[in-house]
Amino acid sequence: MAVPSIKFDTAETLISAYKMPTGAKWSDATRTNAIARLREMGAPNKRDEYWKYTDPSALTAIPAANAALFENDETPMFDSIDRLRVVFVDGVYDPAQSDDLSGENVVIETLGDALGKDIHWAKDLFGALEADGQNPVPRPLATLNTAVASEGLVIHATGKVNRPIAIRYVHSSESSDAMVHHVIKVEEGADITLLESGPGAARFNSVVEVDIADNGGFHHVRTQGRDHERKTVTHMFARLGRESTFKSFTMTVNGVLTRNDTVIELTGDDAHATVGGASAGDGTGFHHDDTVFITHDAVNCESRQVFKKVLRNGATGVFQGKILVKPDAQKTDGYQISQGLLLDEDSNFLAKPELEIYADDVACSHGSTVGAIDDDTLFYLTSRGIPRQEAQDMLVLAFLGEAIEEIEDEALAADILDRMDAWMKRRQG
Amino acid sequence: MSEVIVKEGVDEETVEAVKSIAGKYKYGFNTDVEMEYAPLGLSEDIVRLISEKNEEPEWMLEWRLAAYRRWLQMEEPNWAMVEYPKIDFQDQYYYARPKSMENKPKSLDEVDPKLLETYAKLGIPLKEQALLAGVEAPEEERKVAVDAVFDSVSVGTTFQEELKKAGVIFMPISEAIKEHPELVKKYLGSVVPQSDNFYATLNSAVFSDGSFVYVPEGTKCPMELSTYFRINAENTGQFERTLIIAEKGSYVSYLEGCTAPQRDIAQLHAAVVELVILEDAEIKYSTVQNWYPGDEDGKGGIYNFVTKRADCRGDRAKVMWTQVETGSAVTWKYPSCILRGDDSQGEFYSIAIANHHQQADTGTKMVHLGKNTKSRIVSKGISAGVAQNTYRGLVSMHPKAKNSRNYTQCDSLLIGDKCGAHTVPYIEVKNNSSRVEHEATTSKVDDDQMFYCRQRGMDEEEAVALIVNGFAKEVLQALPMEFAMEAQALVAISLEGSVG
Repeated sequence: MAVPSIKFDTAETLISAYKMPTGAKWSDATRTNAIARLREMGAPNKRDEYWKYTDPSALTAIPAANAALFENDETPMFDSIDRLRVVFVDGVYDPAQSDDLSGENVVIETLGDALGKDIHWAKDLFGALEADGQNPVPRPLATLNTAVASEGLVIHATGKVNRPIAIRYVHSSESSDAMVHHVIKVEEGADITLLESGPGAARFNSVVEVDIADNGGFHHVRTQGRDHERKTVTHMFARLGRESTFKSFTMTVNGVLTRNDTVIELTGDDAHATVGGASAGDGTGFHHDDTVFITHDAVNCESRQVFKKVLRNGATGVFQGKILVKPDAQKTDGYQISQGLLLDEDSNFLAKPELEIYADDVACSHGSTVGAIDDDTLFYLTSRGIPRQEAQDMLVLAFLGEAIEEIEDEALAADILDRMDAWMKRRQG
Repeated sequence: MSEVIVKEGVDEETVEAVKSIAGKYKYGFNTDVEMEYAPLGLSEDIVRLISEKNEEPEWMLEWRLAAYRRWLQMEEPNWAMVEYPKIDFQDQYYYARPKSMENKPKSLDEVDPKLLETYAKLGIPLKEQALLAGVEAPEEERKVAVDAVFDSVSVGTTFQEELKKAGVIFMPISEAIKEHPELVKKYLGSVVPQSDNFYATLNSAVFSDGSFVYVPEGTKCPMELSTYFRINAENTGQFERTLIIAEKGSYVSYLEGCTAPQRDIAQLHAAVVELVILEDAEIKYSTVQNWYPGDEDGKGGIYNFVTKRADCRGDRAKVMWTQVETGSAVTWKYPSCILRGDDSQGEFYSIAIANHHQQADTGTKMVHLGKNTKSRIVSKGISAGVAQNTYRGLVSMHPKAKNSRNYTQCDSLLIGDKCGAHTVPYIEVKNNSSRVEHEATTSKVDDDQMFYCRQRGMDEEEAVALIVNGFAKEVLQALPMEFAMEAQALVAISLEGSVG
């Protein structure tokens, strides 16, 4: 197939639309290199196999379309727990609303500060995990982010970090077009929890690069604000060392376009990765896409992917998940499940669950199911006096609950479940 | 493996082959007959020549030329997980027929004995006889009519008279174009359009022969129909075209087999199969694909780029694809079902075995358009040596396909740590009364199973063959009896040399 030149034209438009920030020599070199890589790979296009089910044009349009602010009276996510709070408004760090960036066993800097230092550990990670994650499929929007994002956090966990780092992304301008880039290094035996919430901006492009050393742990829970018109693309690149743990969970509700790309590489033996997601779309044009690519490149590693999507009133849910087992990754245990629950005739579920396996001593499986609520189960509940609507809500929540259960911290899981419950009861929007 | 009942005329050879010739392709012999070739390469003139050789009417030539012009603008697909050197389409012969076929023999008695011998050697009796030996069955039952295609031409079709009595038309497509132009015109290209894909379009331009079947309304075809494809000539592509039409309420079971001689240079095979199934009709289509897979180092073999599609046009139409893919160096094949009629049904059962340097990228598409349509996919992929085996499939539920159902299971088995097994399913659901379930697993031959078999005195290869046959049982059971036995033996042969 000839590669349409529009890919490259769009890449040029993107490169000239954003200004490359300057910092230390090494970070400037990384950014210049990212621009060169972006030129070579081109911008994503709906004809790309990797974007088969999601049209990326709203993510590459210059200028970004406006998005109305979403008024609601909900208390912000994660407010009830003891955390280190960091606020970004339209993608810009707001020290006034944030806690002091210091904590036990952790050093937190802004991206701008870290990238301005001549000597910094982030040199080996910033843009490096993103560049590694470009194979075999290019992810140009992450490369663009590396090249031009000036905001973000650089986090160094040196031991067990007791208070989660909770980042709140506030959407305050209808015409905001934001990019944030976080770099996280989890040292040997260290452990950290990152919480993210909020819509971020009218158009929000985020990249998180996480390097987890041997025996390290990284926990991530994210809720993406339900501003109807927001467009979001996120990339998480994680590299796992020996006996390390990576757990990420995302709750997505509404939003006209959400694409969450998670790229994980298990490079040390006996590592474990879980990626989970529960999403709900209620309304025409709401579209969310979870794309996961897990590479097993070490012995005796385990990976789990659990995604549940509830869709109604014309919403679309997409899941693309892949497990790649390299030739020497023996004793791999790979599991993947993606399920769609369609509450009416107008909604769509599209899935591409893939396995690519080059080692023989493995146990890999994937499953995918799509359907409506089971009539028999509904009948069972209604025959016991539960009103139909309530029964349906119970079943939907139980369905999503199977993904939410993947969150290790029970208090966080309960919080997410309550939030989903409240949203379900609200209906419409 | 001790007592296998096989087709008459081959039982000794097959059993011998299974037992003794480890890792050898048993159909690799070459038949030395005088051949007549079209000039090397492809051009409009070659298309005209093929049309002329087949004494085709003008409309057929126009159809071919339209396809050829279209093909010139198309690009070779590259999305499959297969790698092979670039094919030089100008370095192929597009037409080859035995000299003796120049004046078409009027009956099988007139066919060159060398050709008949070839088919006898392959275990395909071109005599009108009951197929199975040693099976207690009344005389009238279990007959199989055979159309034998040798390179570019059909050399003979058995039981034509008897089929005619039942109203069934079974003949080479080259003859059907002349004798039943109205049927061919109506249905040819209606399931796989000329412009469908690169290889189907190439086939539309240069297909030389193939089988044509028409089963009239309410008729149950009195015997199984079968086509046997043999590539013999060197450096020649085979492009056959099969068209089967099952009228309302009819039924036909069709078998297809294929082999080729052992050669060092890869050969191209690009076939198109179209099935049209009307109201309440049913087609069972079974394939045992055993083209020459290339040698242990990946030299030679057939590139098998095939487009097969069934269109369930009427309500309650039913189609079942069963395939045992053991041959070919490269396989690119996705027998599909368009479930257009309400309550129509599609099934796909597949065993794909890739050993040594073989690469297989195969699967199916189930496109649900009508209400209450059902489909089932059972795919078993087995990889050994340094082979790559990919299942690629689509299940699509359109908004109007209410209350439809799909169940997919694809399992992969790896024998050895140098091979690969991949699964690439696409699931697209656009209504909520339908239900789609997909399951896939990947595993290796279990050590405990091996130990159990070995402990009972089986050697390693026998044990693997037994375990693999067990793994593939669900598909083997879906095959007509004759094929099931051949397939089981084939599974064993294909895996020879894969352990130890």
